[in-house]
Amino acid sequence: MSGSDGKTGATRRGFLKGALAAGAGAVSAGGAEAAGGDPAITELQPWMREFGPGVDASPYGVPSEHESHVRRRYVEWLRPDTISAVNFTPIHQLDGIITPNGLCFERHHSGVAQIDPARHRLMINGLVERPLVFTMEDLKRFPRENRIYFLECAANSGMEWRGPQLNGCQFTHGMIHNLMYTGIPLSHVLNEAGLKPGAKWLLAEGADAAAMTRSIPLEKALDDCMLAFAMNGEALRPEQGYPLRLVVPGWEGNMWIKWLRRIEVGDRPWHQREETSKYTDLLGDGRTRRFTFEMDAKSVITSPSPQAPITHGPGPTVITGIAWSGRGTIARVDVTLDGGINWQPARLSGPSFDKSMHRFYFEFDWDGRPMLLQSRAIDSTGYVQPTKDALRAVRGVSSGYHNNGIQTWAIDSDGRAENVEIT
Amino acid sequence: MSRLHDVAWLFSCIFLLTAAAPAQEAGPLGLGRPATPDELAAWDIDVRPDGKGLPEGRGDVLTGEELYTELCAACHGDFGEGSGRLPALAGGEGTLTDEFPVKTVGSFWPYLSTVWDYVHRTMPYGNSQSLSDDEVYALTAYILYLNDLVDEDFELSRENLPAIRLPNEGGFIMDDRAETELPAFSAEPCMENCKDRVEITARAGALDVTPGAEEQ
Ligand code: HEC
Repeated sequence: MSGSDGKTGATRRGFLKGALAAGAGAVSAGGAEAAGGDPAITELQPWMREFGPGVDASPYGVPSEHESHVRRRYVEWLRPDTISAVNFTPIHQLDGIITPNGLCFERHHSGVAQIDPARHRLMINGLVERPLVFTMEDLKRFPRENRIYFLECAANSGMEWRGPQLNGCQFTHGMIHNLMYTGIPLSHVLNEAGLKPGAKWLLAEGADAAAMTRSIPLEKALDDCMLAFAMNGEALRPEQGYPLRLVVPGWEGNMWIKWLRRIEVGDRPWHQREETSKYTDLLGDGRTRRFTFEMDAKSVITSPSPQAPITHGPGPTVITGIAWSGRGTIARVDVTLDGGINWQPARLSGPSFDKSMHRFYFEFDWDGRPMLLQSRAIDSTGYVQPTKDALRAVRGVSSGYHNNGIQTWAIDSDGRAENVEIT
Repeated sequence: MSRLHDVAWLFSCIFLLTAAAPAQEAGPLGLGRPATPDELAAWDIDVRPDGKGLPEGRGDVLTGEELYTELCAACHGDFGEGSGRLPALAGGEGTLTDEFPVKTVGSFWPYLSTVWDYVHRTMPYGNSQSLSDDEVYALTAYILYLNDLVDEDFELSRENLPAIRLPNEGGFIMDDRAETELPAFSAEPCMENCKDRVEITARAGALDVTPGAEEQ
């Protein structure tokens, strides 16, 4: 994880270490106490004297070089190679509800398909009146919609079923992103082909070398599924399925087939590899749940967290995090500082959309004592995010998927955070 | 509201187009074009447990063994035991309730059609769709053999594949969270004095498997 980190990362590490070494209370506003005042003010900074780059220096803008440590990260021991692998969204460094396009976690099974959109086709076949083929241009002639949805991998937090493993919410909760999709309702395309009687399931298939497939109930397809060609206002990124991906709001990310090339209509599910060998939930008694499509309500405190410690010492402190539910909106998020003895409602800020990420804040005066932080989401159906032990009591520890249990961060008196479990 | 609007919009289009164009020929908007039989044959490769989608063909265990040794064993092990983080294809019977279950075709997968479909669409890894239909039948037969589910003189074909049952087919149940979890997890939560004391029972730091941990 070094190498590409560059100078800025090193500076930031130095900063974090320095801040932590200085200990609680010693760090205050930007060196203002130095004799004669803060050099950031009393000394002329280079950017105050010299021109910066001109308008067209970066025709496609990139973040400040001081933000280069904000990036997706990969856990080498998780997967055999980077071709069928996953990396993670740096949720501990983000705010608001929209994930920047270049930071959305990636999960591919045969690498990132490099598709020429002029040679991309969508085929609709099976139980339809008219098997059809569409070009990207054809698809953009249907009425479009803009909607904001979270996508969470069913394996998000899956490494934590047997206990705390990874120190950082990027790794424990970073298989999620939240984007505004532009696309067309899937129902338009299905109507165009004409559904035949008996149609009950769809098979969606990708054009990558994995030819990824998932079976989807027709009812869901007609309800709110979309064929998306844009994310946050620009074309999909190749790693998110350029030029076309399926959007299956609130349901596990694996179903959101990327590089979508075909939809077959049928009367029953196909039981493909990704819905039998994978993405099924083995219970403690040896039985296995299949078709666990909906993502249960979940939340996590993104700051402070192991990768984002408190560096300012006691005093006014902001806790922030994200919450989401595959069954609706988030009605409330509660936060505890003492490991669940007492809870207080957090403050939701920003738009609240169906099956979208929600942002919460909790502001308080930290006394510098150790804390056990947790957040607990309650969705619009009344579902309350359970503890990890409550989930284990029902499901055992081998299911691998759908771990939406409450996350605990232990904060020490220096503001450092650790992924722990508590009674 | 917007969806209703779209529906109304589509209906008006349906009306206009059906008035103008012959029925059945095109959809409501007349977008896209008919898929040709060759196009359908090229892309419609999925197979279901009832055998729908299986092409004509056959292959036996011994042919499968030769192919497997050449094309698959390097990654999946000589006996399908897996290697490193590459998945095992055989073994693991009776381990589903163990602390660390081993999920393979023999111990876990519910349907054989899935093996045929998956190997055909994406294996060998890095050279997808390079196998002939007969080769996929032979490899699927060999994977059954590796799992002690058939004898070495067994031949798999389009005709007999749908009738073959994998041991764990009955182990799968439909998502039952609506009954087993949602009611239990929908009670009004406690806000004050919810427990007497709290203790830390496990720490991620003890494992030290987080990448870039030195950066913090
Ligand atoms: C270069 C290494 C490699 C070779 C060669 C290879 N595979 Fe695979 N195989 C993989 C990987 C990696 C996966 C998992 C892919 C994923 O999950 O996206 C896999 C998955 C599978 C699975 C699904 C396993 C499961 O439990 O879900 C089957 C079945 C399979 N391979 C069969 C074969 C057969 C048959 C061949 C030979 C024709 C073959 N493989 C050749 C690497 C390989």
